[in-house]
Amino acid sequence: MITWIYVIAAGVVSYLTKFVGYLVPAKLLKSKRMTRIAGTLTIGLLASLTVLNTVSNGQQLVLDSRIGSLVAAFIALLLRAPFLVVVVVGALAAALLRLAGLP
Amino acid sequence: MRLWHSPAARTGASVAIATGLYGVSFGALGIASGLDFWQTQVLSLLLFSGGSQFAFIGVLAGGGAGGAALGSAALLGIRNAVYGMQLNSLLQPKGWLRPLAAHVTIDESMATATAQSDPAEQKRGFWVAGVGIFLLWNVFTALGSLLGNALGDPKAWGLDGAAVAAFLGLLWPRLKAREPVAIAVACAVVTIVAVPFVPPGVPVLIAAVVAAVWGAIGSGAADEGLEPDVEPHEWHERSEEDRLP
Repeated sequence: MITWIYVIAAGVVSYLTKFVGYLVPAKLLKSKRMTRIAGTLTIGLLASLTVLNTVSNGQQLVLDSRIGSLVAAFIALLLRAPFLVVVVVGALAAALLRLAGLP
Repeated sequence: MRLWHSPAARTGASVAIATGLYGVSFGALGIASGLDFWQTQVLSLLLFSGGSQFAFIGVLAGGGAGGAALGSAALLGIRNAVYGMQLNSLLQPKGWLRPLAAHVTIDESMATATAQSDPAEQKRGFWVAGVGIFLLWNVFTALGSLLGNALGDPKAWGLDGAAVAAFLGLLWPRLKAREPVAIAVACAVVTIVAVPFVPPGVPVLIAAVVAAVWGAIGSGAADEGLEPDVEPHEWHERSEEDRLP
């Protein structure tokens, strides 16, 4: 139940964020700084989420098959693979390493 | 002008197909993170912003609380307000079109619109990409959720590794210069250092503060990080080539 509240709240917050952009006068938000912070936030959050999903297990840092996924995805991206291929490669790497006995 | 003779509409459709398809990975990962079918679907219907949706389930999958998931999704969505403001002055949607335009304001619809120079084409590109992605993204989210439910143990199928790859894939198109790489590395290091000391989910928020302060103090390019996952210029060029005899 509590999860539902967060799911719906996240949806509402996301929609209001988008709609605010259409309501405020352009000059209010159209500062170079605001645009820049929105961009650096995006990079920082995605980088953080990448490593968090690679090495964290709750409050523990662990090294397991997910490292293989990160390396495999990196190589796939260097080879200009499309997004969906990158995701599948990441899954395959972890699945195969686990099949080979790694945690 | 017929819609299918418009280059912007065709670019928008290509972007919509490419982006919509990877809704399948979101659906499967939503289930793997512990959400049920409808919770995953409501994120695609209501939240509808790829990066924020992946952030929400990524924090949950790491054991983070709902509040931290909500917080990182909300912060990742801030760039949509910047897009909304730019699109409002570009397209000037009237009446009921305005709240609709807001809902389909995402990286890809923004990028497809601004890749055009003619105002009528900007409108076609925005609506075809925005509405097209919304429809396909939701259909493929549902398919992915069903797939995730059918797979059973997410770890045996490497779905946690798929999440890692998905985040790197979302980050990748934004790392085109030295500064974004530096921001990414700094935030990655901050996250690793913070994990043992704060509750799950909070390291992402700490990294967000670092990134925001970097953006406020630093003096790099103003549009750093605002790249779409699927580059409409490339698609446009490709579709031009396709037309050659």
